[in-house]
Amino acid sequence: MPMAGEHKHPNYMAIFWYLTVLTVVEILIVLPWFRPESKLLVGVLLCAMAVTKAALVAAYFMHLKFETRTLGLIAVTPLAIATLLVFVILPDSFYVDHKTANVKPAASAPAKH
Amino acid sequence: MTAQAAATSHHAVEPAESPLTPESWGKLGMWIFLAGDAVGFGTLLAGYGGMRATSADWPNPAEVLGITLTAAMTFLLICSSVTMVKALEWLGRGDRGKAKMFLFFTALGGAIFVSCQAYEWTHLLHRGLHIDGNPWGAALFGTSFFIVTGFHGLHVTGGVIYLLAVIGVVSRRPDPAASYNVVEIVGLYWHFVDLVWIMVFTFMYLL
Repeated sequence: MPMAGEHKHPNYMAIFWYLTVLTVVEILIVLPWFRPESKLLVGVLLCAMAVTKAALVAAYFMHLKFETRTLGLIAVTPLAIATLLVFVILPDSFYVDHKTANVKPAASAPAKH
Repeated sequence: MTAQAAATSHHAVEPAESPLTPESWGKLGMWIFLAGDAVGFGTLLAGYGGMRATSADWPNPAEVLGITLTAAMTFLLICSSVTMVKALEWLGRGDRGKAKMFLFFTALGGAIFVSCQAYEWTHLLHRGLHIDGNPWGAALFGTSFFIVTGFHGLHVTGGVIYLLAVIGVVSRRPDPAASYNVVEIVGLYWHFVDLVWIMVFTFMYLL
């Protein structure tokens, strides 16, 4: 008989195998023998697999799929904040002058007043 | 509901005030804590991305750090997440012994993970990767690496101590239902640590 507070237990071993297979594919992608030519493709594939793995852990291991809407909203909030942060930081990466290798030593630069 | 069933139910879960909240305030509290912690990790990873994007001499992480050991560590954390859910499942079935055994395996997995991380750090320090510089390029590479993996490692260490404390709680309470909520809450923390590592592994080692 299920005890109070207990919820449905999904097939955890199936989730384990999904996570393992995705991890193996992630590693294969970065190996020189399998690595696609396009860096963008590698980045997109790796990000997509990481997000899928994180979603599997949250939905099934953390039982978010079977929880109330309130918990779902609490879990999604940091994602929204993290996404916002990325967009806040992103414009900086377009300023080439900020790149560390392009910064000249202070001694050689003429003083500006 | 009989008096005994009511007493069991009282130990297992705490009353909630509204249908929107979960059946346990402890669980809600842990979720709120994890949301805050996720913002912390999100900020660190976004900062890492920003530093990397604005640096022209950022080293290739896969070449400097290597992924063989960390791939094994990732697999270990996935396995420890499975043992964690198995502990909860067995407790739900009323078998305290098996639940404690799986909780112990989870803590053991975490302890091995932290040991591997200590080995990795020692190895990288010997190779010249320091918090303030390295032979491969941008100094911030080492800074961000040690801060992010160190912050995560502290979480794993805390999780191992938390798990051992929960094994003590399960041992002291003869009724399995009385510890179900406690084990579920420690499980949330442990899976979160696993989830964060999934992101750290991808962004700091593979990309």
